[in-house]
Amino acid sequence: MKPTRRSTLLGLTAAASLGPATLALAAAPGERRFVVVILRGALDGLAAVVPHGDPGLVALRGAVPEGLLDLGGFYGLHPALTNLHAMYRDGSMLPVHAAAGPYRVRSHFEAQDYLESGADRRMTSGWLNRVVGEIGASALAVGVSVPLLLRGAAPVGNWAPHGMAEPASDLYAAIAALNQDDTVIGPAIAAGLQERGFSTRALSGQAAEKNRNTFPALAAAAGTMLAAADGPRIAALELGGWDTHSAQANRLKEPLEQLDSGLAALKTALGSAWMQTAILVMTEFGRTARMNGTGGTDHGTGGVAFLLGGAVAGGKVHAEWPGLGQGNLFEDRDLAPTTDLRSVAKGVLTAHLRLGSAALERVFPGSAAAAPMTGLIA
Amino acid sequence: MDMRTAHALARFGLGRRLTEPPPADPGVWLISQIRTAALPRIDPPAATESGLLALREDRANKPKPGESRARALFVAQAAGELGEALTTAAPFRERLVWFWTNHFTISLRRGECTGVACAFIEEAIRPHVTGRFATMLLAVMRHPAMLLYLDNARSVGPASPAGQRNRLGLNENLARECLELHTVSPAAGYTQADVTALARILTGWSIDIRGDPPGYRFRPMAHQPGAQTLMGRTFPPGEEGGLSALSFLADHPAAYRFLATKLVRHFVADDPAPADVRRIEGVLRDTSGDLGAAAAALVGLESAWQPGTKVRTPQEFMIAAIRALDLPEGNRPNMVGVLAVLGQPFLTAPAPNGWPDRAADWAAPEGMLRRVDWAHGFAGRLGARDPMDIAEATLGPLLRPATREAMGRAGSRRDALTLLLTSPEFQRR
Repeated sequence: MKPTRRSTLLGLTAAASLGPATLALAAAPGERRFVVVILRGALDGLAAVVPHGDPGLVALRGAVPEGLLDLGGFYGLHPALTNLHAMYRDGSMLPVHAAAGPYRVRSHFEAQDYLESGADRRMTSGWLNRVVGEIGASALAVGVSVPLLLRGAAPVGNWAPHGMAEPASDLYAAIAALNQDDTVIGPAIAAGLQERGFSTRALSGQAAEKNRNTFPALAAAAGTMLAAADGPRIAALELGGWDTHSAQANRLKEPLEQLDSGLAALKTALGSAWMQTAILVMTEFGRTARMNGTGGTDHGTGGVAFLLGGAVAGGKVHAEWPGLGQGNLFEDRDLAPTTDLRSVAKGVLTAHLRLGSAALERVFPGSAAAAPMTGLIA
Repeated sequence: MDMRTAHALARFGLGRRLTEPPPADPGVWLISQIRTAALPRIDPPAATESGLLALREDRANKPKPGESRARALFVAQAAGELGEALTTAAPFRERLVWFWTNHFTISLRRGECTGVACAFIEEAIRPHVTGRFATMLLAVMRHPAMLLYLDNARSVGPASPAGQRNRLGLNENLARECLELHTVSPAAGYTQADVTALARILTGWSIDIRGDPPGYRFRPMAHQPGAQTLMGRTFPPGEEGGLSALSFLADHPAAYRFLATKLVRHFVADDPAPADVRRIEGVLRDTSGDLGAAAAALVGLESAWQPGTKVRTPQEFMIAAIRALDLPEGNRPNMVGVLAVLGQPFLTAPAPNGWPDRAADWAAPEGMLRRVDWAHGFAGRLGARDPMDIAEATLGPLLRPATREAMGRAGSRRDALTLLLTSPEFQRR
């Protein structure tokens, strides 16, 4: 038999090599969507959500920047985040300030691993993968690789736009068969073929060909797939460019604009599904409270996270503000962390995805001290 | 070609080059590459001086992104750098160059590095891959590519004359990564105070871009005065203090443990056996960091001769594919472009910890499919040659019956070659 349609072929291929995982993308229990965006490199929370009402700020950072977008008086949003500000005003954007993971390391790589593991140690699977396992949803990593956050036992798709002439379906099938016994390459090829079959249908050729690897294009494609009736319900994206050790005021603009227009594109592409969506934007740690000698900031501790989406109870800033004055800084250096990022994630998972306390403990092992935060979901 | 030879070509080399006879004795072949001094390259190697002149010109003219002089220089030099891997008579040595280049990652993600990125390989890495680790570390830490990439060029001691006058100060980026990624690693248990101390020690290690020639320069006026305590040792101020501190870090037991783990992971298995790590660590310790001795010891590990435990990175995969056909210079793909498509853009790692070195990191579904798609396009360059001859020559006894059979059933020569290049035995090493 020679399959003529790719979807047929994909079913066969995947059935042969993935067994029960064939329906990874077909089944989609529930309509609630959850997206995690990792900002790799450590976003400076004090520059993104500026606590200009704190009298200690000027001593650390100099004059309050101009053009901040008001977040209720005490805080101001960076001027590049205009779309996020519009979401804040319509009640679907919630900054969480002075937040950090449970770890106190200032290495990007360790901190990102811990952030994605959901623990104060490195694990072989990511917490979002464990969420997928708990609720049986389908999930998608957008980009050329799958982040640790989504790696693990639960099957996860991975998609990125591609632009080359492809082999015919039967050659793909032969290649998949040739690799099916390889424990690493076999599942990857099978899952990739499945994903492409799905995304071709969901996007129906509309994936932005121009700038197709930019964050807004990837975010828009993710939104389109999440919106589809048989699409994934959980997705992860990442955006780098935050490690602003020098000339920060200048270097932060571009990644912030990318983030802002990407999240707006995600919202547009989600359409009515936006109302059932919660998006968690998080970074591995904040940056030093003081500027360093080169107009930048070094690796710090407390930072800012964002919750967005129609399902989010936004329009306010959540923070147990630790203050920036003498004696308030963590190790006399960083914004002190007062909110555990796991509490934020657990709050969303409880109220939005209805995970019970036993499931939460499996997703974030050893996190009993970090109680789920309430009031995050509308 | 016997199994041991076929495996040595893949594991320690860059894949069999079609027109080159396989080595008679794989062990002798590998060791002789370490013992013999590197052959001079045919094309003029990249140099810092021209890269910094290009950066200087770009800073003055502010060209559009992609049209800069530094970018043009990089594109030309990168083609030569990758071309070296296609034709070298010492592929094991070249793999060591790749390994250490990734260990000391610099990246075009930081645009200022562009013009000096290839010079970094030629000046800081290539001459030292069989020399002492301390020598390589010093060459790296003084190289403008690293000083630009991790911001040290602009780091100023707050109490130095320049710091006092201009209210400039410290940037701890290079110091932190030097401890964490280049030498002792977090296992050594250093603290934030140690990071700050090393940052102070390295103040003044900078670049003179207007000099003749432009290059590394120690700036005493930017150097933090006073002795500094790093991991329990006190180092005097001045450039000498930095030399001693780097020498201390390079010769630290924790550094040898860290380097041994990375070497075994790269050349032997994703999860290195503790005994193998101890063996390489011991060689590094006993020889005060002789990287050639460590490379020879890797070849001597019994587990290193277990085939197919590692998945090729996109760069290893692309080079092995082009070597398998041994395409002449005019008929080669644009390698810099291919690497971008395959998800490992040349000298453009996302972060200072470099490209990952485990199969799981490269086995993302989309990444794997891109290899398939590229292999299919590339297989169109086969011409009238018989793909089965290429399979036999490239893999020898590593070629599996299933692959041979699938190639025999393929509808075209091109499809058959695609199957060879995407087979597990070709994608692994």
